Amino acid sequence: MVLEILAVKTEFKLLKKFDVWSLVTLLLLGLYALFLIYPLMNLLTQSVVDKSTGEFTLAYFIKFFSKPYYFNTLLNSIKVTFCVTLLTVLLGTPLAYFFTRFHIKGKAFLRILIILSSMSAPFIGAYSWILLLGRSGVITLFFRNTIGIQFPSIYGFTGILIVLTLQLYPLIFLYAAGALKNVDNSLLEASDNLGCSGLRRFRIIVVPLILPTLFAGGLLVFMKSLADFGTPMLIGEGFRTFPVTIFNEFISELGGDDGFAAAISIIAIIITTFIFLIQRYLSTRKTFSMSSLNKIHPVQARGFTKIFIHLYAYSLIGLSIMPQVYIFYTSFKKVKGTTFVPGYSLGSYYDAFDKVGRAISNSLVIPGISLLVIVVFATLLAYIIVRRRNIFTGLADTISMIPYVIPGSVVGITLLIAFNKPPIILSGTMLIMIVGLTLRRLPYTIRSSVAVLQQIPLNVEEAALSLGSSKMKTFYKITIPMMATGIISGAILSWVTMISELSTAILLYVGRTKTLTVEIYTQIIRGNYGIAAALSTILALLTVISLLIFNKVTRGEDLSM
Amino acid sequence: MSVNITINNAVKKYGKNTIIPDLSLDIKDKEFFTLLGPSGCGKTTLLRMIAGFNTIEGGSFFFDDKCINEMEVSRRNIGMVFQNYAIFPHYTVQQNVEFGLKNRKLPKVEIQRATDEFLKLMQIHDYKNRMPESLSGGQQQRVALARALVIKPDVLLMDEPLSNLDAKLRLEMRQVIRNLQKEVGITTVYVTHDQDEAMAISDRIAVMKDGVIQHVGTPQEIYHRPANIFVATFIGSTNLIEGDFTPADDNTVKLPGYKLRIGNLPCDRNTPVILSIRPEDFAMTKKDEGGIRSTITDSLFVGLNTHYFVELPGGQNIEIIHESVMNSVFRTGDTVFLNIKVDKINAFSKDGSRNFSREN
Repeated sequence: MVLEILAVKTEFKLLKKFDVWSLVTLLLLGLYALFLIYPLMNLLTQSVVDKSTGEFTLAYFIKFFSKPYYFNTLLNSIKVTFCVTLLTVLLGTPLAYFFTRFHIKGKAFLRILIILSSMSAPFIGAYSWILLLGRSGVITLFFRNTIGIQFPSIYGFTGILIVLTLQLYPLIFLYAAGALKNVDNSLLEASDNLGCSGLRRFRIIVVPLILPTLFAGGLLVFMKSLADFGTPMLIGEGFRTFPVTIFNEFISELGGDDGFAAAISIIAIIITTFIFLIQRYLSTRKTFSMSSLNKIHPVQARGFTKIFIHLYAYSLIGLSIMPQVYIFYTSFKKVKGTTFVPGYSLGSYYDAFDKVGRAISNSLVIPGISLLVIVVFATLLAYIIVRRRNIFTGLADTISMIPYVIPGSVVGITLLIAFNKPPIILSGTMLIMIVGLTLRRLPYTIRSSVAVLQQIPLNVEEAALSLGSSKMKTFYKITIPMMATGIISGAILSWVTMISELSTAILLYVGRTKTLTVEIYTQIIRGNYGIAAALSTILALLTVISLLIFNKVTRGEDLSM
Repeated sequence: MSVNITINNAVKKYGKNTIIPDLSLDIKDKEFFTLLGPSGCGKTTLLRMIAGFNTIEGGSFFFDDKCINEMEVSRRNIGMVFQNYAIFPHYTVQQNVEFGLKNRKLPKVEIQRATDEFLKLMQIHDYKNRMPESLSGGQQQRVALARALVIKPDVLLMDEPLSNLDAKLRLEMRQVIRNLQKEVGITTVYVTHDQDEAMAISDRIAVMKDGVIQHVGTPQEIYHRPANIFVATFIGSTNLIEGDFTPADDNTVKLPGYKLRIGNLPCDRNTPVILSIRPEDFAMTKKDEGGIRSTITDSLFVGLNTHYFVELPGGQNIEIIHESVMNSVFRTGDTVFLNIKVDKINAFSKDGSRNFSREN
């Protein structure tokens, strides 16, 4: 009898613990198992199993490390990535400080340009720089023909460095500007008061305080630049990088080697994971809690300082927006065959809509559906991560971050290897593209949703529960509305990133599921610069509209990726 | 070396907003001087003008006979304690304290000696290798004080330094700051909105409102003979009763339902006046000994004292504070008789700008 009651009691307890959120957790874990863990396991198996004999082998890894042809691509990637990361930090941090500390003429407009220049796909920038500074680039020709000066080549290392730096320093700018908002003005005043001001103060007080954020921003730049496929493909020429090799090995029509591509992918993941962990370690060790009572107010700079900061801001931002402006301009130029001829027309736009209208609709539908999935998943995941701490949600938290360290082309390969054979065949479908985009973007959206949710005091939900609202009802009547602005702004950023995504899409697309970026890339390769420019302009327009909506939603709040 | 601070006709504007219209002030050498006022009164603005963080739109600021209007912040030789301490979070306690000395490029030995001296003086020597985030609020406050004083400043400025501490610690640090200031002997300008703190800690206080100094004086002067009604109500609590100063020789003020003899006032007969009577200046008895007949409407026991809410014959409600006793005879609804310590009454002009009792 007593035993019976006890049994009933424990059962009741278990039932009580197992609520709707446990179900959500299990569901999410299941989906991750299917679309992330299973493909990754497949990738791992593929990389260590000989295809013909089915036996364990390290041949692929040995091949990679023993042949300089392959191994050098890794060194190249690391070299260019480190240089890009360092340069972006060196350029972006002072810019953020100037923007926070001083009045700059046209600051709001400059800020828009910075964001705009970072939001386009890097390879479009690369292609524009080729048009400007390439072998037969406009500027190159001008200087050669009129003045007789031969510009140094921008192909190879230099080109990748310039393109990626100008593309990615805005990330550092945004990160640093965000961190500077949390720096208390009193700290700067105290420093001044104790005899330390100007550049020295920037170096020994300001930079150390925002260092953790600079690490985080640096990591993001590192990941993006390491994974970038389009830029080195277009402008790299002999300078071969990692993603290019992965792509070539996988796609190569002359006996593309899945196993070898898998092995390279594994190496890539190991490297990015390693960098990720280093960054984590560094920034947790150096994080300071600051009570930001007084924010830094911009002041009027005088004399030399004023000239310098304006010169710096305008030339850096001008340089980074130039590719887009030039593409915008060429999209209205007359085209004959594949070359621009004098005169202006809308011909490129007619051709663009005529030939590739489908790509435009794909670029709305595929990221659109992915966005819906991302928003729902990120909100649910954020909720269980923040409000339901236990082993399973902790597991979900960790798993959800895995795609953060996987380069885009590796995501593509991983999904293809897993889903182009039974039991599940998805290759060539729109679903696989949606899965790819969702996986890649989810970590960012989850992080921002988690941050939003952590700001909302728990007792508001407790109040709702105490007033008789059910758990689910509390979630969608109380929690979601309070998270709404944060979720929507995160969603718009995801949207902007996804419509300019290339490295995953280029592997997963088939004719029916071609997106704008893939189409632009294809047109550039084919030499149809007119159509490519028109499509790029349409893409830029989409981005601008999205950013305007973002501004409206967040009322001018800062952007963070 | 400590200095006099002289401020002549200071003006502060933010765009078209005038925060301080015209302010003059003398702060004596080694004095503990407090700027007191409600938030938005311009006290912090003034302090920051002295420190050099705010621009000066008019007037002149002197340390002794040296004008500091155009002097760089870092060259004014001022010790400053910020509201949130502004301890550099990436430096240890010792690094924070020696920061100013290092910027002055003093010899290493001297930096070491002075840092140690102030770490010991502030009793934080044991924590010198700790990072600030592991310190309590009071300890951080001590670091901030040590850092400000170690550079041997001419002036010490403090901007609401105790406002982030809990009540008990606030009392303790109040004492620490007071003793330290006397020991070091340095001209100190202190900003607070807490009147108790201001009275406990200061040699002199300037009460400010809307960028204008209302009253400068010792805590006693300000409490007992406030310059105007704003000061009377801002410092401590008080009861304001309107009445008429009547003719005849008995110098009484006619109030609704009774008369109060308060001595001569330097104002015309038959002019309306406002009397300010502090709650502790009433004596309350149950027996009629010629006091004002009133009724207790409510009471509030707060420990040391009991606050009684009493209705005067004219229907006006006032507050009276009595020391609490074991078996109080006063109950709500009781009729009581009030006597007033007449010499402590302040009589103000109707608009509240003049205190006639002060001019007596």
